[in-house]
Amino acid sequence: MSTKSVEFLVRRTPELGMDGRPVQVPVLPDGMVPELHGEHMLINIGPQHPATHGVLRLVLELDGETVVKCTPHIGYLHSSFEKLGEYRTWNQVIPLTDRMDYLAPLIYNCAYAMAVEKLMGIEVTERCKVVRVICMELDRIFSHLLWVGTTAIDIGAFTVFLYTFQERERIYDLHEAFTGARITTSSTRIGGMMADLPSGWIEALRDFVDTLPKTLDETEALLTRNNLWVGRNKDIGVISGADALDWGLTGPNLRASGVAYDIRRDRPYYDYDSYDFDVVTGEQGDCYDRYLVRMEEMRQSLRILDQAIRRLPGGPINVGDPRLILPGKTDLMSDMESMIHHFKVVMEGVKAPADESWFSVESSKGELGMYVVSDGGSKPVRWRVRGPSFINLSALPKMVEGHLLSDVIAINASIDIVLGEIDR
Amino acid sequence: MAEKELKDALAGLESGPQVTPTGAAPRGEPAATEPPSVRALRARFGAAVLHHTVHAQDEHVVYVVAEQLVEVMRWLRHDPEQCYDLLKDLTAVDYGAGRPLEVLYELWSVPLRQGLRVKVSLPLHALEVDSVEPIWKTANWLEREAWDMFGIRFRGHPDLRRILLPEDYAEGHPLRKDFPLRGRFSRAEQTRRALARADESSYTPHELAVLQVEPEPAAADDEGPQGAGR
Repeated sequence: MSTKSVEFLVRRTPELGMDGRPVQVPVLPDGMVPELHGEHMLINIGPQHPATHGVLRLVLELDGETVVKCTPHIGYLHSSFEKLGEYRTWNQVIPLTDRMDYLAPLIYNCAYAMAVEKLMGIEVTERCKVVRVICMELDRIFSHLLWVGTTAIDIGAFTVFLYTFQERERIYDLHEAFTGARITTSSTRIGGMMADLPSGWIEALRDFVDTLPKTLDETEALLTRNNLWVGRNKDIGVISGADALDWGLTGPNLRASGVAYDIRRDRPYYDYDSYDFDVVTGEQGDCYDRYLVRMEEMRQSLRILDQAIRRLPGGPINVGDPRLILPGKTDLMSDMESMIHHFKVVMEGVKAPADESWFSVESSKGELGMYVVSDGGSKPVRWRVRGPSFINLSALPKMVEGHLLSDVIAINASIDIVLGEIDR
Repeated sequence: MAEKELKDALAGLESGPQVTPTGAAPRGEPAATEPPSVRALRARFGAAVLHHTVHAQDEHVVYVVAEQLVEVMRWLRHDPEQCYDLLKDLTAVDYGAGRPLEVLYELWSVPLRQGLRVKVSLPLHALEVDSVEPIWKTANWLEREAWDMFGIRFRGHPDLRRILLPEDYAEGHPLRKDFPLRGRFSRAEQTRRALARADESSYTPHELAVLQVEPEPAAADDEGPQGAGR
């Protein structure tokens, strides 16, 4: 072990003496360092390991306890979603999207529908826009809550997990009331939503928005000034703003490095520019700042939710174009033409013009891009997902190399990945 | 629903949904006015810029000559008036029927808040283009993915291995249009290969060197040299 890493250890875990002051562990002077540079060791973390949040496998080359080289091996969950999408009609792709990021399924549903609507040149109704904003902000909180809970477990604090999962349970209930499913929501359709909001849903959401801050305060009381939490996260996995851009980091990971890039601000969609919220940035670009940024982002999402509930307009949730939207159930059962209409839309699918569109939204993990290419038919020629986790994970070696083995877990947790979307 | 409206709708199913009128240029056609980046590119690189199209109302696409791609990209990245410092996406599209593959580079400038899509066309018999990894580190994994899924070789990539599929996957590149949905081999053959995989194939050559294990020679029926460009 090198001199530097000894000092590093001493600084971070001071041993307290009788007088309550840290004991100064003597660091061997230069020239007296024992020759411990032996063979490098190779260890596998994963693919079955609770701290990798899925089936990620990290192969680490270690010099003592210091990481010399880290190679992520991915693909253990590869399901070839993009290839499957080419065999499905535009609406049939939607169930594939929420199986990628099952921690924020509604954001993926919305992003895909928005890309296809842009390709088709459709503008959704005002009510639909606000409902989708509610969906996306709700799932941003949904995903960040899971992140705080599981990261705290990785680092050794169990209580936070129980606090945040109790709140997540309430979002699961909201998902279930709106879409019928708790995780695989599949709630959007091209041109609108699967259904309008059920009665009483907005009141339940209002209750959630009003009471979540209390849990966030409790979580922050447990973590923000916790000595162990700060010690495990501060100055760990530092990446500068310029490096973060070079490696393509987006979302909270990029903003923690001080780059205020948020698609909701920089290329607004769905009138995000008319909502009042702050783009949260950090300064150090370390694990601790990534934690602070996510906690504050949840509060900003609550602000947006509050405004969205206030401005939610009435009117139809789907566009009025019968070439896109199925007839109502009553019409379908009583009227022959509506039956034919329903049959044709379902069996032939909706046709999209021969064109392409690359559209992105700010997901909970970063920039979520959807690229759709059409040849004029009812199925995509190419459906591509720019997964934020995939690209954020590619910067992991840059962040962990030179740190200790135990920091790998903290850094890997801090970048917030979901393997369903990385492996696709 | 009124009968006439419904008839129109049924007839219209053939042509797709009605476009919300915005007054923008028609799809996929050359725009009347080029954005500043495209004008600047034409002024600087002339013939290397092939043509420019607009998609989905406001997405500008520039086709460039594959040989000069890196030169163009480096200029787009570093020129203070372009400053495309974020490579958002890099992927390919196969349109099938023997048409050339298109590789696309989705660029974004964080300080200037502008985007541009650069494309190169690669004929099927020469799927090679220079790597942009030295310009944006993001390209490292994205180019590996494009190699894995489409079989495009990126010259100068430091570590061009498959990324989602195992390194010894021998059925080809799945997102190509000539690749059948369930793969090229039978289920029995796929299972046999999965069970017969050597442990060494789960490690990179560098990792095997640390372990002091000799890498296995490539199987004779695998397509191409293993991990080309390494």
